[in-house]
Amino acid sequence: MTDAPTNQRLETGAADDTVWVQEVAFIDSVPRSIAMTFVFVVFIGTWDLVTRLGLVSPIILPTPWETFSDMVFVGSNLLSGGYMLAALWITIKEVIYGFALAIAIGFSLGVLVGETAFGEKAVMPYLVAIDTMPKVAFAPLFVAWLGFGIESKVALAAFIATFPIVVGTAAGLHSADENARMLFKTMGASRMQTLIKMKLPTGLPQIFTGLKIGAVGVMAGAITGEFLGGGKGFGELIRVAASQLNTPRVFSLILYLSLVGLVLYLIVQWTQRRIVFWQKESVGAHDH
Amino acid sequence: MNASLAHENSGASSDAPVYELTDVSKTYARNAVVALENVNLTLRNGSFTSVIGSSGCGKSTLLKIMAGLIPPTKGRVILQEKPVIGPRRDIGMRLQQATLFPWKTAVENIVLPIEIRDGKAAAKQARAKAHDLLDIVGLKGFENVYPNELSGGMAQRASSCRMLITEPAVLLLDEPFSALDELSRDMMNMELQRICREQDATAFLVTHSIQEAVILSDEIVVMKPRPGRIAEIVHVDLPRPRTLDMMTTPRFGEIVDHIRGMLDKGENM
Repeated sequence: MTDAPTNQRLETGAADDTVWVQEVAFIDSVPRSIAMTFVFVVFIGTWDLVTRLGLVSPIILPTPWETFSDMVFVGSNLLSGGYMLAALWITIKEVIYGFALAIAIGFSLGVLVGETAFGEKAVMPYLVAIDTMPKVAFAPLFVAWLGFGIESKVALAAFIATFPIVVGTAAGLHSADENARMLFKTMGASRMQTLIKMKLPTGLPQIFTGLKIGAVGVMAGAITGEFLGGGKGFGELIRVAASQLNTPRVFSLILYLSLVGLVLYLIVQWTQRRIVFWQKESVGAHDH
Repeated sequence: MNASLAHENSGASSDAPVYELTDVSKTYARNAVVALENVNLTLRNGSFTSVIGSSGCGKSTLLKIMAGLIPPTKGRVILQEKPVIGPRRDIGMRLQQATLFPWKTAVENIVLPIEIRDGKAAAKQARAKAHDLLDIVGLKGFENVYPNELSGGMAQRASSCRMLITEPAVLLLDEPFSALDELSRDMMNMELQRICREQDATAFLVTHSIQEAVILSDEIVVMKPRPGRIAEIVHVDLPRPRTLDMMTTPRFGEIVDHIRGMLDKGENM
């Protein structure tokens, strides 16, 4: 299957050199669901082939079937309220608290940086500097400060997720165009009115972009925190399974974890569609 | 040159002055550009004045100074006997773009100036008036429609309603319909004339179109660049109300030609 265009000639009966040749790429005629299924099947097939041919040691890479049966096991443990559900719940709590904290801090800093000259001049350079640091490196510090409990994971998760929200909020506040600013000026709007009634709503698309990036970062932060700071969360289950070379378990735990991340992302996206109803969808814009 | 066309603004109308600009100059300090030099201008109550000139002649600067958006370097601006030292409630301003906010319906956009000035409750009360205004501009039934469902012309009309909702004494119009095609622009201009007459508003229009200026105005301020200054104030003696077919009359052509000649001279400086 290729993406190469197939030339289809429109039959008009006109002379050859006057006929339009329409190029229709094959992929344009394939529904998304079928294209996605195709990739999935190729992926699983390749995986299966690699394990069947013994190209990779089974300890390193389990078969798809082993992974699937372990997913069933983990799934039933989760559904029956087993120890894995307790671990997952801890991780979910870290993610929720971390995200809430990141939103509160990120939004406040974003307004400070995006709205005030002081923030832009004096605070922004420090934020940029911190943002360029590998934030995961702070994990041992958070553990030292906050201990091995949930707090250190929440802190790391929030720390990672805060910066995209700051950047999104600040960029959003700057996105209002000159006309809108002038209009509010002519209406005699106060600074607060201009912020709340114009700049913030105008910037909502960028703010939500920051929230989406933050939602991904908060998951990474929580799991990294668990890897480095112990505790009883899902990351700890992954770490233990990996240390026992139980790779099917590692794979299935990661897949369930990614579901949590997906749900969080979808919640943010759903909220965005409800609040920023006027925004044209840009993701998946390739669909004609 | 037709001498009868050119004369200084010497009280063509006996109405009281609304706007009085005395020796208004603006120098942008950063690059020492003189954007405006000694502009003297009087707008009389109920009159329609246009300002025309090539780009860089300072007409946008002039409009911003009149609107109280930027201060003049020198000189003073008096509106209704009070100096303009900031944005004013008795000024309605209409920018080039419609600038409707996509999270508000047509009516909510129109009552926005009221919401900002007097709060949400007052804005709610002004809705009835917004409905009337939408009716006037032919947008009845579009009250609760969001801007991205409006065509360009409809958005421009809704934007004009927003300017009118506060019943401003003067309308400052910065190329309000330049985003529209010529047919719609002619129609909007006639509508503008009607609204100005009905509301007895004093209007000041910045435009690039000589025809537009002539068909709408009592007086046309021709400006020249470098430094921006008034070259001439042309009185338009076409009868009122103006109609689009006046654009084919000889008198209309004479005035247009005269202004074009003025502007061409400006180019060659």
